[in-house]
Amino acid sequence: MLEIKDLHATIADTDTEIIKGLNLTVQAGEVAAIMGPNGSGKSTLSYILAGRDDYEVTSGDILFNGESILEMDPSERASAGVFLAFQYPMEIPGVATMQFLKVAMNEQRKARGQEELKTPEFIRLVKAAAGDLDISMEMLKRPLNVGFSGGEKKRAEILQMKLLEPKLCVLDETDSGLDIDALKIVSEGVNALRSPDRATVVITHYQRLLDYIVPDSVHVLSKGKIVKTGDKELAKELEANGYANIIAAAA
Amino acid sequence: MMTNIETTPAEQMLGRLLPTRRTESFHYTDLRSLIREFPAPVITPETGGDNYKRIVDASRLPIFDGKFFDALKDELPAGVTLVQDVERPAANGLDDTLLAINGLGESDAFGVVIEGDATSEKPLGLAHMANSAGLTNVYHNVTVKPGANACVIDRYVSSDGIAHVSSAVVDLSIEKGATANWIIIQEENTDATRLARLNISLAENADLNVFILNAGGKLVRQEINVVVSGENANLDIKGVNLIGGNSHVDVTTVLAHSVPNTTSNQLFRNIMTGQGKGVFQGQIKVHQIAQKTDAKMACNTLLLSDDAAFYAKPELEIFADDVICGHGATVTELEDDHLFYLMARGIKERTARALLVEAFVDEVVEELESEPLIEALEEIIARWLEKNG
Repeated sequence: MLEIKDLHATIADTDTEIIKGLNLTVQAGEVAAIMGPNGSGKSTLSYILAGRDDYEVTSGDILFNGESILEMDPSERASAGVFLAFQYPMEIPGVATMQFLKVAMNEQRKARGQEELKTPEFIRLVKAAAGDLDISMEMLKRPLNVGFSGGEKKRAEILQMKLLEPKLCVLDETDSGLDIDALKIVSEGVNALRSPDRATVVITHYQRLLDYIVPDSVHVLSKGKIVKTGDKELAKELEANGYANIIAAAA
Repeated sequence: MMTNIETTPAEQMLGRLLPTRRTESFHYTDLRSLIREFPAPVITPETGGDNYKRIVDASRLPIFDGKFFDALKDELPAGVTLVQDVERPAANGLDDTLLAINGLGESDAFGVVIEGDATSEKPLGLAHMANSAGLTNVYHNVTVKPGANACVIDRYVSSDGIAHVSSAVVDLSIEKGATANWIIIQEENTDATRLARLNISLAENADLNVFILNAGGKLVRQEINVVVSGENANLDIKGVNLIGGNSHVDVTTVLAHSVPNTTSNQLFRNIMTGQGKGVFQGQIKVHQIAQKTDAKMACNTLLLSDDAAFYAKPELEIFADDVICGHGATVTELEDDHLFYLMARGIKERTARALLVEAFVDEVVEELESEPLIEALEEIIARWLEKNG
């Protein structure tokens, strides 16, 4: 479903290379974890997948269902089925969360040639999805992410993911800033979306999240490249011994 | 030799009187160069048929071409009294151009007295519409009696393609313990010149919310002069200025806190497109005895065009020592982070931009209490952005 081929990317303003020949393949139905130390390029990779224009891909390609997405803008990628759950979701004053959800769902439906949702149907879908994530309708009346706690922001990201039903979910440090109860709720939300036709990339610093979202594959990212690939045992090894040995061995 | 044969007295006088940039408070709005031709007053006011489109359910007082059409008015709520032909304040010498202009021609001057809870259910609408080219003037004197609760919508529209100049002077008095919402909605056409002044006095325990939307006009000067003269009075002024095309919109406020323990809060949000020019001048004077004054002022501008410009000038004159006075002015563009976030959810760039621009001003609109009014204002804003965004 996702194929990243010898990807090189720089920060657009400074030409500093962050991603230096990254290869990664994730199959439909697979949950792939990407782990790595600070500064290895984890968040950059997530932004590049979503199409943020602060980064420039200088060579290589990203294929989604066999087609390159590099020329697509973020909204086209999202409508094609790419979803990024942000590490730090933006607070957007003045845009009501419900209004935002409705516009996003309907823009995607339009882009796919589906009929727009009518308000009662939309409300029904949101209520059902919000209940599972312990999100109150009161919270959804507030402006998007404004005044939400860290945990609320992450739950709101998962809510969006549920409602938009992407094909590829990219979770960027979704565990950061979560207490154990919130972590469980968020993980259950992600697990509920696991399906044979959906791929998930979980970017994380710690093994902890992977106790709840058990990955099919684990990839170690260091200095802009995948330096080691394994199964879920690799994550445990990293937790026990740290990144240093593995990165040294790969170098 | 024939000279000036067509010139009316109004034109002759105004040519001499209009202030230039050499007058401090008109530094950014040089009326003498901006108003090239001053028209003669409209002689026969037109109703314009059904051209006036209502936006909310209000008890309407129709004022067409500056003339009050008594026969077309809605039924007045109990507690609202009209006082026809009130005395206009005299121009303070010939210096005060606006008042001098306001006294020209056949314009109407009438007063409104509001008692009790008269307009809390259904607001009173001062519905101004210009249908004829020329000069029109209105003067209103509005008193909200002690303990009363009032909501007044003071709206200005004009028929398309009518090049008109209008002046509007309103004296608003909020008496002891009264509460009022005063909503100015300006949707003049793009050929219109509007010179407006709102004079406010606030008595003890009075509470006034002023909201102003500027969404039209070629040249607009809106002055708001306030004397906070009763203790524990509170004033809130919020404004949205939508300025595009070749429009020039100037909002100038002068607030005097003249007794102890009063509060004021001013917040303006401006959207600049095209070659629009915007001005906000905010003067706050705190008298020596006006201890414990709490006065705040903020002016935030979203600049969506490189050819547009906004000038913000705060002026604080504080003679008391135990006060809180704050002011801030910002000019920003849309945030890339916000745009990316919305687009990453599948929202197309054009839609995402529109959402963010609307959010910038809707935030202020949504602080109003009346849901139908919020909807009406947001619709005017959306329509303006559709045309000018």
